Amino acid sequence: MKITRVEVEHVARLARLELSETELDTFTEQMDSILSYVEKLNALDTDGIVPTSHAVPMENAFRPDQPVESLGIEGALANAPLRAESFFRVPKVIE
Amino acid sequence: MEIFDLTIHELHQKLQAKELSSVEATRAMLARIEAVDSRVNAYITVTPEQALAEAEAADRRIAAGDVAPLTGIPVGLKDIFVTKGIRTTCGSRILSNFIPPYDGTAVARLKAQGAVIVGKLNQDEFAMGSSNESSYFGAVKNPWNLECTPGGSSGGSAAAIAARTATATLGTDTGGSIRQPASHCGCVGLKPTYGRVSRYGVIAYASSLDQVGPLTRDVTDAATLLGAVAGFDTFDSTSVDTPVPDYLAALGAGVKEVKIGLPKQYYIEGLDPDVKRAMDEAIALYRSLGAEIREVSLPHTEYAVATYYLIATAEASANLARYDGVRFGHRSETARGLAQMYARSRAEGFGPEVKRRIMLGTYALSSGYYDAYYLKAQKVRTLIQQDFLNAFKEVDVLLTPIAPTPPFKIGEKLADPLQMYLSDIFTIPVNLAGTCAMSIPAGFSAAGLPIGLQLIGKPFDEQAILTAAYSFERETKWHLKKAPL
Repeated sequence: MKITRVEVEHVARLARLELSETELDTFTEQMDSILSYVEKLNALDTDGIVPTSHAVPMENAFRPDQPVESLGIEGALANAPLRAESFFRVPKVIE
Repeated sequence: MEIFDLTIHELHQKLQAKELSSVEATRAMLARIEAVDSRVNAYITVTPEQALAEAEAADRRIAAGDVAPLTGIPVGLKDIFVTKGIRTTCGSRILSNFIPPYDGTAVARLKAQGAVIVGKLNQDEFAMGSSNESSYFGAVKNPWNLECTPGGSSGGSAAAIAARTATATLGTDTGGSIRQPASHCGCVGLKPTYGRVSRYGVIAYASSLDQVGPLTRDVTDAATLLGAVAGFDTFDSTSVDTPVPDYLAALGAGVKEVKIGLPKQYYIEGLDPDVKRAMDEAIALYRSLGAEIREVSLPHTEYAVATYYLIATAEASANLARYDGVRFGHRSETARGLAQMYARSRAEGFGPEVKRRIMLGTYALSSGYYDAYYLKAQKVRTLIQQDFLNAFKEVDVLLTPIAPTPPFKIGEKLADPLQMYLSDIFTIPVNLAGTCAMSIPAGFSAAGLPIGLQLIGKPFDEQAILTAAYSFERETKWHLKKAPL
C-alpha cells in the first residue's frame, strides 16, 4: 500500500474537505493506484537536475506603483454568501 | 450554407460588404442554439439579451466603417473565463451562482474588437477532466455521435464548433484541454506557448501550465482569434512581453523544405489502427508537399503523465484553497463553526474529480512527501522540457497524434481515473515543456468519428505550426465535413 486510510483522512483534514466514509474508501483505493503509478519517476536519476517551476525563464515582473480603479466595497461584497454592513460575515471563530 | 456554418473570415466579409448585419448573424446563431443545444449540452448559460445589444453596437461600428476582424462575430466562451455581470461557473456547483464583477483580459480584448458573446460553454469541473463528464451541469455530447464524449476539458467549446452553435470559441489547455476536444470534435484548436496569452480573469487550475487558446472551424480563424487575444498584459506577470506577429501573413508560405519531426515514442504499438492510418496519410501528404520528414526522440515521454498529475494537482490544491464559502461561491447552510463551514462548503461544492485532485495535490505537497513527489516531478519536468529543446535543434515542427484513440463512449472511462489520465499521454508533454501546439482535423475513424493530428512548435513559434496546419488543410478539406446534427 502506498497510502493508508488513516493518511487519507489526515490529507482530507489538511485540504479542509469533509469526506464521507464511502469517499474515504474510494479515494484510498484510487490514490493508492495513482501513487503506485507515479512511482515510475523513481526509475530516473535526477541528481543535479534543476527543478522547473515555470516554463518560461523569468525575472521579477515590476510595474509602476500607481493607484488604479478597484472594485470598491459593493463590488467586492456583491457575491458574499453573508454580509454585515461592509464586511463578510462568517460563523464564530471561537466557540 | 447557413449563417451559422460560416467561418470568422467568411462572416467578416459579409458583414463588411453589408450583405448581412451582426444582429441577423447573432439571431441565426441564437436560433441554432435553441434548435440543437438541448441534444448537445454545450452551453451552460446563453446570453441572448447581451448578445443582441452587442450585435447592435457592432452594426453601428460597421456602419461607421470601423471594422475589426471579430466585429459582430458570435463567439462562445468556456465558462472558465470570468465575464462581468454574466454568471461564471467553471462547471462547478461551488460557483453556480457566481457573477463576476470584472472581465478577464482575453474577454476584454474580444469585446474591444466588437465580438458578440452568445454564451458560456460547458466544461469539466475546474477544467479537470478529459471527457467533459465531470461538469456539474451534465455531460456534453459529441455532435458526431451523441453517445460519445466530445473530449475535455473544453468539451463545450469544441462541441459548439462542431454543432455550429458558435462561429468560434475560446478554451483553455492545461494538459490537452483545447487540443484533445478539438480532435474529438473535428475542429481546429490551438494551445499557445505559455505566456503568450494573459491568464488574468481565467479561473486557475494549474497556474504553471494553464493557457488560453482558440477553437475554430479552420486554421485561418485560429490565426485571427489568437492574434486578437495574444500579447503582454500588466495584469498577468507571467505573460511575456514579446511582439505579436501578424499570424495571417505567412499562412500560405507552405512546407517546402520544412523539417518535420516524428517523435518515435508517439508512434507506439497500441495506437488505434484508425489513428495510425490517419497519421500515415498525413506524413505521406507532408512529404509530397516537400517537407523533410525525420524521426526524432523525446526519451522522457513515458514519464509525462506521472509528472503532470503531481504538478497539476499540487498547483490545483493551492489554487482551489480560495473556495472556502467566505467571500463568494457556495456556503454550506448546515455547518456549525468556521472550520466545519470551510470543510462542508467545499464537500458540497466540489465534485469527485476535483476532490480527488485536491487530495492528491495536498498529499504531494504535504510534510514528508514534498521532496519525493512534488520536487521529483519538477525535476523530471526539466528533463521533458530538454527533450523538446533538443528535438527542435533538428526539426522545425513535430507531427504526432493527439490521442491514442478516437472519441470514447460516455461512461466508458469513468470508473478508472488512471485510464482516463493516460488518454492524455500525447498532449501533456507540451504543457510541461511550455511550448505551443495545435490540433487539426486529419480524417475519420471507420465509425465516422473525427481524428485530429497534432503539430508542435518551438516556444513562441505559433507561426510555424499555423503555416504547416494551413498547408495540410488546403490539401485535405477534412475541416469542411459537418457533424450530422
